[in-house]
Amino acid sequence: MGSMIIGLDVGGTHTDAALISNGEVLSNAKVATDYKDLYSSVMGALDRVLAGVDVSDLARIVFSTTLATNSVVQGKEDPAALIISAGPGLDPTNFLPTRDYYVVKGGIDHRGREIQPINPEEIRSIAREIHENYLTCLGVAGKFSTRNPTHELDIKKALGDGFQYIATGHTVSGNLNFPRRMITTYLNAAIYRTHKMFFDAVDRSLVSRKITAPIYILKADGGTMGLHQSLDFSAQTILSGPAASVMGVLGLARVDEEAVVLDVGGTTTDIAVLADGVPLLEPLGITLGPYKTLIRALYSKSVGIGGDSRVRINMGKVTIGPDRAGPAMAFGGPQPTPTDAMVVMGLVKVGDRDRAAAGIAGLAEILKVRVEYAAEMIFNTTCRNIVNEVNTVIKQINSQPVYTIHEFLEGRVIRPRKIIIIGGPAPHLAPRLRELFRTTTIVPEHYDVANAVGAGIARTTTEITLNVDTEREVLYCPEEQRRENVSPNFTKKDAIRVAFDLLTKRARRMGAMEEKIEVELVEDMEFNIVRNFYTTGKNIRIKAQVKPGIVAKFFS
Amino acid sequence: MKSNKKMGLVFFPAFDWAISPTHPEREERLLYTQDQVLEEGLLDIDGIIELRPSMADFSDIDRVHICIPQAQKVTTVSHLLSAGGAMAAADAVMTKKVDCAFALVRPPGHHAMRVVCGARGFCNVNMEAIMVEHIRHKYGRKRVAIVDTDCHHGDGTQDIYWHDPETLFISLHQDGRTLYPGTGFIPELGGTNAMGTTINIPLPPHTSEEGFIYVTENIILPILKDFQPDLVINSAGQDNHYADPITDMNFSAQGYAHLTSLLQPDIAVLEGGYSIEDALPYVNVGIILAMAGLSYEHVKEPDYDPVRIRQSQKTTEYIKEISEQILCLYGEAKCRRDLFIRERNSVTRERRIYYDTDDITEIQKEEITVCDKCAGTLVIDSRSDKGNICAVVIPRDACESCTADGRERFARLDRQKYDYVYLQDRVEDNYIREGRK
Repeated sequence: MGSMIIGLDVGGTHTDAALISNGEVLSNAKVATDYKDLYSSVMGALDRVLAGVDVSDLARIVFSTTLATNSVVQGKEDPAALIISAGPGLDPTNFLPTRDYYVVKGGIDHRGREIQPINPEEIRSIAREIHENYLTCLGVAGKFSTRNPTHELDIKKALGDGFQYIATGHTVSGNLNFPRRMITTYLNAAIYRTHKMFFDAVDRSLVSRKITAPIYILKADGGTMGLHQSLDFSAQTILSGPAASVMGVLGLARVDEEAVVLDVGGTTTDIAVLADGVPLLEPLGITLGPYKTLIRALYSKSVGIGGDSRVRINMGKVTIGPDRAGPAMAFGGPQPTPTDAMVVMGLVKVGDRDRAAAGIAGLAEILKVRVEYAAEMIFNTTCRNIVNEVNTVIKQINSQPVYTIHEFLEGRVIRPRKIIIIGGPAPHLAPRLRELFRTTTIVPEHYDVANAVGAGIARTTTEITLNVDTEREVLYCPEEQRRENVSPNFTKKDAIRVAFDLLTKRARRMGAMEEKIEVELVEDMEFNIVRNFYTTGKNIRIKAQVKPGIVAKFFS
Repeated sequence: MKSNKKMGLVFFPAFDWAISPTHPEREERLLYTQDQVLEEGLLDIDGIIELRPSMADFSDIDRVHICIPQAQKVTTVSHLLSAGGAMAAADAVMTKKVDCAFALVRPPGHHAMRVVCGARGFCNVNMEAIMVEHIRHKYGRKRVAIVDTDCHHGDGTQDIYWHDPETLFISLHQDGRTLYPGTGFIPELGGTNAMGTTINIPLPPHTSEEGFIYVTENIILPILKDFQPDLVINSAGQDNHYADPITDMNFSAQGYAHLTSLLQPDIAVLEGGYSIEDALPYVNVGIILAMAGLSYEHVKEPDYDPVRIRQSQKTTEYIKEISEQILCLYGEAKCRRDLFIRERNSVTRERRIYYDTDDITEIQKEEITVCDKCAGTLVIDSRSDKGNICAVVIPRDACESCTADGRERFARLDRQKYDYVYLQDRVEDNYIREGRK
């Protein structure tokens, strides 16, 4: 196998691809994203970086797409049914993502003990009803199924073989949060077909190009997973774009302090935060539209400010975005944008300056200032708005519990020392942003395809949760569906050993290629279980992960 | 999903603090509660927000307690965070960031009295009192009602507010003849200057939902209405639950949630409750939902059976009878005070206080100045293994004569007779401790 990597990221405006080898970007491509035909955008960008490359030199291809995000945001996910066993507690219908739901018998408590059994006959009759409604994909989610998946598995079994895909709640995440588990399970079922059809098509095209290198998909947490494995976790591909950018920055720039990553695109600016060079994670998972999920993700806030944002004059003041005006007038667009302002100011040397100036002139007239001055105002407002948004993000992070990848950050105050800017307008914005932030700004090499580079160099990651209850003499790992008996003398040390072993095997299965897989503990807690003032066992809780990171650096 | 009331939640489970590994007050006491709260997704409900606990200062403790030898020696970081958690909840309510707040914190505090020689009833310092005095210090004069729904008599809180006419303390608990700490009887109505602002409702063993709701509707709510508090605080102990291993009551998650929805506390602070797997997860979810104004009808323990735990007819009648007595005494409190004082300038009481957790016995003598204008200056003489001390307490908003009298008495104290002398001057927010010269 060769040493070349291709990273590909589908963004809101452009689809970027990069061909990487030995810490060098050999070539890159940028094509406009066609929402109606993502497949052509992807293959178009891919073919351009593949030109002249011997496909046997390819080590891997990594895709980061907006496929899943778009279908959810536009409400175009497939209809999927959801079977819920909740037991006592909050009424689960408060959180439902679909009208095709069935609340069934069954309950599990916080220690994984059965409160109420399921009724297979009830499930079989629901299966018939779902078939009658022509639904082929469905999810099964139970409260505390991460502590004991038996009910979810029994329900799945009782549903029979007639469905195309059944997603189960305990495999989506080891974290507790039943409403989010329901929603994430539903999304895995509802996106399954779209995801599968798209990547089957991509896979066929690659085969026809004689490409045999393994294919990976980028997740929202900045890690990758093999294409085949991704079928069970299609929801984890939601919002992988910001993760691609952050992973790119980790490869392209030297950052080991607290820093902000700004990815300024045509439509939006994505803001991410690094602590000690490690990206911050969302505490529980992504929120997308109405959906709060358990999809692990890098913390990122997207704001509607970009090169192609709509510029308006409101009571004598310039406003930017949040909507997109289309390409800049300098590039044939219909309305003036911040990019046109930069063209007029001479910061951007390409495009039709006269058209840009004509567009800005209309705004200048309302403002009663010269064209050059209006351009300056638009540019300044754009920069100032970005600075305000970053300050809001930092304030928010400092006022609520957020986790880093490996450590709980509560109580720590983030004060960014560096701003790393990527995306098309990065070099033009950097000097002004440096003035406004009064801190170092960095525009790394390949700033305009950092996202594609990031997708290409992201490691395969995964995480597992292990619960051990030595009173009940069971060990359980929800992600691996592993449940086994342990002796009453089982210790935390034993649990950590088992966790690392399961994690390493899982990472290999997900597609990790490194010789030595870097694993780390995220959480290790041990509690006594006491009955009548005597310790009768231990409750041991372990979370471990493959450290997210990059396989190549572009600086020495 | 959106809550009807904006609610703040402080979670400080102190996973690293225990009295001993198998003690009821141990590391995992809130573990399964936290599991349940997280799994139910309560923190995702629009309108329920998690608040960061802050850390209490030693000055926050000195504002309430006389610690022997000093606050630093009778507390750990967990106590400062637990008190700080309650203070964070209070700040969020007082600044109107939320409508109400629940501090799910431990260690507990309601058995900690004004003088602290050590731990009693698992408590070192009083979280509610530290919080209430923080509120008054930061946000000004307030009439406060504290309703203690722990199964054990809140003797610590009662002691701290015994002489304070601006703080109504109501404790409902299992009858002191059958449970620690063995106090909290109906005639305990408050000190000379504050008679009628301490109310005790000792309930017989096996009281169930019916009895708790009855006294809430017939005693607590009418007295609250009469007292007109600016703030209602709930010392939310959960050991009245039928599954609790160290008490004998028959209350339930449904019952606690119902009681909370009747009480509508501005701030609730967790106290006891030791059925950590079978009761606490459900009781706490019920209380949170009730405070947020959401439906709690499906929150039930797996083995909940209201018929099995229902109190007997005899219990029902007994509770009706004591309720009448309590309301009658409450109505007569003013006349009783006049009869009690009879031209005296000061009133003394002498007590033996046992610190069960730390095995310390304290002999305490206190003298309160009779005053119609303020809570009155208090002088406490305390003798125990921890040393002999004397403390002069000048209450908040003390009248001029009590303030002057308190300062003079502190100045005149014979330093040679005591290991330490204390001045707790609430008027100046000034706390002095002097060792033997």
